[in-house]
Amino acid sequence: MLLIELDRQIGDGDHGANMDKGFTAAVAKLEAGAETVQDVLKVVAQTLMSTVGGAAGPLYGTAFLRASKALGDDTEVDAAGVAALIGGALEGIVARGKATTGEKTMVDAWTPALAAAQAVAEAGGSATEALYAASKAALEGAEATIPMQATKGRASYLGERSIGHQDPGATSTAYLLAAAADASGIA
Amino acid sequence: MRSVGLVIVSHSEKLAEGVVELTAQMARDVALRTAAGTDDGRIGTSFDKVNDAVTELREAGHDVVILTDLGSATMTVEAVLDFLDDDEREHIVFAEGPLVEGAVAAGVAAQVGGDLASVAQAARARELFA
Repeated sequence: MLLIELDRQIGDGDHGANMDKGFTAAVAKLEAGAETVQDVLKVVAQTLMSTVGGAAGPLYGTAFLRASKALGDDTEVDAAGVAALIGGALEGIVARGKATTGEKTMVDAWTPALAAAQAVAEAGGSATEALYAASKAALEGAEATIPMQATKGRASYLGERSIGHQDPGATSTAYLLAAAADASGIA
Repeated sequence: MRSVGLVIVSHSEKLAEGVVELTAQMARDVALRTAAGTDDGRIGTSFDKVNDAVTELREAGHDVVILTDLGSATMTVEAVLDFLDDDEREHIVFAEGPLVEGAVAAGVAAQVGGDLASVAQAARARELFA
């Protein structure tokens, strides 16, 4: 609900519903079976691209696809693997959306998330710790978009009126990483 | 030389159908396809719809010029193109330009037998905004 409200303020109001649609479809596809982490990421990528509809489809789709490739052949994901995965996702989003930091987009969440995961990996932490650190940094990054003026995406049409609102894409990035951290803690 | 077909990618089915209607007036023999809305008919764009429209035109022997309405449609098209082989990619141009004027200009260029490069150039409609 928060995503829908945030997107109503500076976008077209469909981000929350689109994300729900995409990930519900992805879960259904995954229940049909996916062997490796790479397969899971690929299935999610393809499903998001064909079901989300808004900009989040190609952006998150490309992110999951590049994340899958960034893992290489590793079957177990450690903290360094989490950093590689987030690095791949960020690279994909930057390539697809041609955005950089400070433009009030999801790049402002993924960039600090990568730095946080890398720091945990260097300190010898676990994959779950890396995901929690990344999700915390992503949420801080999302909150830091509030004073920014949007210069990419639909919100950029609002110019100065985009200032004072938290970016929906950066926010959903933080939710996604928090969900991944919670899931890895259970596993 | 292959004839060139157009794919109109829009968030709205109505918008895409309107663009095709308008373009067809001056391009009656040109293959025009829409890829608009999500798979379940909401506002948005669909990877599968774009891919299907392009594939359909390619299988009918056309080269393809793609036009889009807004930024996220552009990203969907670029994602589709990333999945194609280089050989196939050569027959498809994504032309960023104004959707309505670009489609009409490209339709006319295709109607008079223009090749892929000249139809794509017309779709970008640069001369209209110079």
